[in-house]
Amino acid sequence: MSTPHVTLRGITRRFGALVANDRVTLELPPGEIHALVGENGAGKSTLMKVLFGLLQPDEGEIVVDGRNVRFADPQAAMRHGLGMVHQHFMLVDTLTVAENVTLGRETQARFGLLAPGDAEREVAALAERHRLPVDPKARISQLSVGAQQRVEILKALYRGARVLILDEPTAVLTPQEVDELFAVLRALVAEGVSIVLITHKLAEVKALASRVTVLRGGKVAGSAMVADTSIERMAELMVGHVPAPLTERSHRAPGAPLLEVQGLEVRDARHLPAVRDVSFAVRSGEIVGIAGVEGNGQHELIECLAGLCPPARGAVRIAGVAVSGHSAREHRAAGLAHIPSDRLHRGLVPDMSLAENLVLGLQRRPDIGTGPWLGGHTLEDASRARLQEYDVRPPDPRAFAGRLSGGNQQKLIAARELTQGAKAILAAHPTRGVDLGAIDFIHRRLLAERDAGRAVLLVSSELSEILALSDRILVLYEGRIVHETTPAATDERTLGLHMTGRASHTDAPLPPRNGTPHASGGLA
Amino acid sequence: MDVLLFAAAAVRISVPYALAAMGASLSERGGVVCIALEGLMLNGALAYTLGAHATQNPWIGVLCALLAGLATAWLHAEATVRFRADQITTGLGINLLAAGLTRFVLVRVFHSSSNSPRVPGLPEWRIPGVADLPGVGELLSSPLVLITLALVVLVHGLLFRTVFGLRLRSIGERPEAAATLGISVARYRFAGVLLCGLMAGLAGAYLSSEQHSFTDGMTGGRGYIALAAMIVGKWNPVGAAAACLLFGAAEALQIKLQGSAFPSELLQALPYVITMLALAGFIGRAVAPRAVGTPYDPES
Repeated sequence: MSTPHVTLRGITRRFGALVANDRVTLELPPGEIHALVGENGAGKSTLMKVLFGLLQPDEGEIVVDGRNVRFADPQAAMRHGLGMVHQHFMLVDTLTVAENVTLGRETQARFGLLAPGDAEREVAALAERHRLPVDPKARISQLSVGAQQRVEILKALYRGARVLILDEPTAVLTPQEVDELFAVLRALVAEGVSIVLITHKLAEVKALASRVTVLRGGKVAGSAMVADTSIERMAELMVGHVPAPLTERSHRAPGAPLLEVQGLEVRDARHLPAVRDVSFAVRSGEIVGIAGVEGNGQHELIECLAGLCPPARGAVRIAGVAVSGHSAREHRAAGLAHIPSDRLHRGLVPDMSLAENLVLGLQRRPDIGTGPWLGGHTLEDASRARLQEYDVRPPDPRAFAGRLSGGNQQKLIAARELTQGAKAILAAHPTRGVDLGAIDFIHRRLLAERDAGRAVLLVSSELSEILALSDRILVLYEGRIVHETTPAATDERTLGLHMTGRASHTDAPLPPRNGTPHASGGLA
Repeated sequence: MDVLLFAAAAVRISVPYALAAMGASLSERGGVVCIALEGLMLNGALAYTLGAHATQNPWIGVLCALLAGLATAWLHAEATVRFRADQITTGLGINLLAAGLTRFVLVRVFHSSSNSPRVPGLPEWRIPGVADLPGVGELLSSPLVLITLALVVLVHGLLFRTVFGLRLRSIGERPEAAATLGISVARYRFAGVLLCGLMAGLAGAYLSSEQHSFTDGMTGGRGYIALAAMIVGKWNPVGAAAACLLFGAAEALQIKLQGSAFPSELLQALPYVITMLALAGFIGRAVAPRAVGTPYDPES
């Protein structure tokens, strides 16, 4: 099957009063990588859902090889050679790679019986041909995230996809896995496959794509050949103005330790050690970043430091008070603020108002309530100023938290956690999945807290964030701190090697990378 | 021969459990909780009695039981799959409905609130050489015992060796993944629940065929024990059948010990104790299909 030339022409899609796509046009010639960039909510996902038959456009047309087509469902899109790699993988964990790839188009013997041997051979051959190494007999739950993504790509190729849509494919990968993915994508393009790369990491666009289309507020803000544009220009189109760089941090000596961890061991849900013998201290006026591939103990470390699960061994002190084994409330009372990694489950109650969310956990404070009663109107009045200060939109104390965008929800949590006079701040993935404006706001707030003399522990899987904010960086690998460094002394590639346990302990200088500039997140 | 007789009694007791538990494994592997087993069995048992009574042909009774199981399961599927109702609530509703409906029919048709008149049971299938085996010959001449033994193999094969089974399992784990590949979540979930209805209906037929009558509330909680067996068997048909055999042996032992000093309540509690141990992770890990109990909403 040859690769079709796909054109989206004048696509408009509305959700009620909201125009998610406003007369968007996108050209996909065969054998090209077309990057689709824009902030969250700019309309990238809507456009791709229209292209993949998950949504119907209100206006506009999809043209494949000069013919007008309508994709009633994803199957129709697949029949025209389109395939999608979802950001949240659509894989069945308990099944094997071969079963996942062939699901819905199983290799069959007679009477509806499966032919697992045939499926494994076919998937192995497909994987070989496209240089996507993966064991067809392995169960998905045993695979790394990078390998799972290869299975998703194989799924599309098995169905004859010649146009691949990849939705934020690098968000969950280590820098090394990103390199591997890019090599695979380049090889596919060399075979004539065309690729739509949805991303907000502009360095990736520069490294990989030949064309770029920038969406802003549902409209095409610009479209160009990548060679003719710059990261700065794309960033400007994305946000509508030139983003100011983060302010130069003040250099000041950190003060007394406010968050101390000594010989900490934390068990996971299966009672296996997830954090092993971890010791560190975060001092006043210091941001310490914890880098690591997700699943290397960050989650358990955060839960333990927040007082949500007791350590199996070791001690935690907040502002000098020993709190290990105590409740989350006692951790807070000792001076801890916590921006949790999952804003909808741990950070907010989506069905409660902004004012109520702002006092969660503070109900014992006399200015907020007496006995079982909350303050009512005074609460709403008191919250209005804070909503404005933290730029939560809309700043309406009675609005439901669940109705806010991700960025505004995260600012709401910051407004609650950073205004209680805490001494130590635990910020877990504080900008995950939020728009650039909110990222910038939260970064500035965290730096301001640092400058005000608080101790900030930043856990993030975004290395650009770790490098931009941290005074010191600790790398967590298989539950241990395997490396300590500073942003000035390292880069993403070196950190990535430590994060995957592949670095030697001597820190020998790395050979220069061949060819492409190197992918980094963010714009700073 | 005492051991063989005891084993035969255990198997005899475990047949209805095994049929219902294997049916439930199909329903739950597709993502629909089947706490309605009790009601499905009860309706099946009554339908067998009505059919066998009206025609004096026990096989017509079996056919009626299958249809009753199917119809009751269809109600469960319609509510939980099409209208995305809570699966536990719907299942409990079906159990209550069946308890009331069967008593109502019992009174209206047989003018008794406790039991039906005697109806014919299934005739023996005497297999030469097998029927005369000491101890187990009689057992292995019972059609539904033989059918159940065959179904253990067939249902396991259906779930793990066929295209249907693979798709059903994928839908119980990750329905949105199957849906993006063009597999109809609703159709497969319906199929799983309906197959469960057929098997639970057959279990009901076995109960009233063995007893040659229907008595009010005759399932006596067997549906819940079968559900427990399915959990202990880790949602595998073979495992579920094996757990049923264990529960059947406990029940046979309890009957044997009746009148002795040993407190039979302890043995009666055994299925539930084992189930709790299994759920708590002491007997391997019992992990439910990930999407079980969650209605699939393609919009979200």
